[in-house]
Amino acid sequence: MKTKTLKPINNTGSQSRFFHLFVVPGMIFLLIFNYLPMFGLVMAFQDFVPAKGFFGSKFVGLKHFQYMLQLPDIGRVIRNTLIIAVGKIFFGMILAIAFAILLNEIRMKFLKSTVQTIVYLPHFLSWVVLAAVAVNLFNLDGSVNQILASIGIGKINFLGSNQVFRKLIIGTDVWKEFGYNSVVYLAAITGIDPSLHEAAAIDGASWWKRIWHITIPGMLPIIMLMTAMNLTSVLSAGFDQVYNLYSPIVYESGDVLDTYVYRIGLVGRQYSFGAAVGLARSAVATLMMVTANHLTDRLTGQRIY
Amino acid sequence: MIDNKGTSARIRNAIIHLIVIILGLICLLPLINIVAISFSGSAAVTANKVGLLPVDFTTLAYSRIVSDSQFWRSFGISVIRVVLTLALNLVLVIPMSYAMTRKTSEFRFRNVYMNLLIFAMLFNGGMIPTYIVVKNLGLLNTIWALILPGAVPIFSVILMMNFFKGIPRALEEAAIVDGANPLQVLLHVMVPCAKPSIATISLFSVVGSWNDFFSGLIYMQKVKDYPIMTYIQSLSIDLQELVNNAASSSALENISELSNRNLNAAKIVVAVIPLLLIYPFLQKYLISGMTMGAVKE
Repeated sequence: MKTKTLKPINNTGSQSRFFHLFVVPGMIFLLIFNYLPMFGLVMAFQDFVPAKGFFGSKFVGLKHFQYMLQLPDIGRVIRNTLIIAVGKIFFGMILAIAFAILLNEIRMKFLKSTVQTIVYLPHFLSWVVLAAVAVNLFNLDGSVNQILASIGIGKINFLGSNQVFRKLIIGTDVWKEFGYNSVVYLAAITGIDPSLHEAAAIDGASWWKRIWHITIPGMLPIIMLMTAMNLTSVLSAGFDQVYNLYSPIVYESGDVLDTYVYRIGLVGRQYSFGAAVGLARSAVATLMMVTANHLTDRLTGQRIY
Repeated sequence: MIDNKGTSARIRNAIIHLIVIILGLICLLPLINIVAISFSGSAAVTANKVGLLPVDFTTLAYSRIVSDSQFWRSFGISVIRVVLTLALNLVLVIPMSYAMTRKTSEFRFRNVYMNLLIFAMLFNGGMIPTYIVVKNLGLLNTIWALILPGAVPIFSVILMMNFFKGIPRALEEAAIVDGANPLQVLLHVMVPCAKPSIATISLFSVVGSWNDFFSGLIYMQKVKDYPIMTYIQSLSIDLQELVNNAASSSALENISELSNRNLNAAKIVVAVIPLLLIYPFLQKYLISGMTMGAVKE
């Protein structure tokens, strides 16, 4: 497919120089803001004091990691993170896939594009904004509770109860993202050969059967790819969202790794301990990303990176 | 029998339409609610009477915002930040991703750079070491703390790379034969071809930096330096403090005159307007970006 280019060899050197010039400015920023912090992780093995810096602070080995394993907080935080992240991934994907299938059935152009315009919108709004929207709706006297009360269910303290807080987090995230996430699935559906559907319809296959045996299998590669990509974010349950909706009452059920590191490490200024938790989190996240990449490569031939 | 099938198909179709419309409304109504609150009288808001239409219609909250200097200061900080971040992103990402599409025969250290890029995507130092680096560079409380750490969005680099790879090689070669150097090829051949994907990464950049509140929260120590989303985020906390400390009487008078909730709602609405203005472009380019962004190296 590719034709060999005939380029004078002595040209390569000067070209290379251009390409270095193209890359180096960006690399400098990466080195400062991505790689320096990685070296800064050495503080996880120190009792880091900002005034003394990385070189002056005392090394304490694995002290912070041992401390981390002894803290009851950590188990709670990891559990919350996993439950919330897996819940978001699972329900988010189900709804996005279902929505894409349903939307594909709509023939009225105007209705279809109007609904698309609306459901994509929340994805582009900040959690700062959407949390305010959610607080207005879900507070004890908010519209949702008024509706619940009027149909006889009674009020639910969505924002202040450890029984429902995680469901609120998962639900509002699914609400925000299902529209935008449906885009890839919709693209996958439109890529399915329509003659398959026609043939199945002639053979008497019902709509459900066609969805189940043609549409869903046709989407399977993209579903697997998205699952793998989503699983890489299983340790980040969404700092922005949780931070803007939680309060000390629901730390028990809603505190996640990122909010914990922020509160203990930055606000509480336990820099080294926070960095240790962060390092453990990053290491596991990296491992998962590499694994997911291998898996999707093996299963679908597509790679995440 | 055919008739029967036709009926069930019609019913199914009706149900599908209904579900899709309901899902659309579920996305829309909460947003309408906050707009309605922003236009409602404070008594109605405090009593949680506002649904989808304003109660005791008033534009008092908006006229209040007009003279709110901190709001506009934060708004301005965000505008400057968005513009600078966008410029920096484009200047760094476009040449970098073009160079990264070269083969090692043309660009000898290409793989070294690529590995640096991928590793930075896979692993990061995390919140606290990054904070310490930004702090040690003396960037705290300056707008640069909001801009420089996100100077090279790696996802955008990969997206641009994929796009550049799709541009027919012949276009470049024609320019090279004419004696163009790589910079000229990039500026006069590749960039004009890559306009859609440049639009895509630009919009990612704009939306991301407009919506981000976290950098402002950790890198800015004074409210006067907050970008707009950090400022709005801080409002709810201020309200709590106000109630706890039963603050000065003048502040309490303000509350009774205009509940913070409809004032805040109005601020939120104004803060979202810039995004709504570019929303048609977001739909056009980010949706296409999403489908081509199934990232491949």
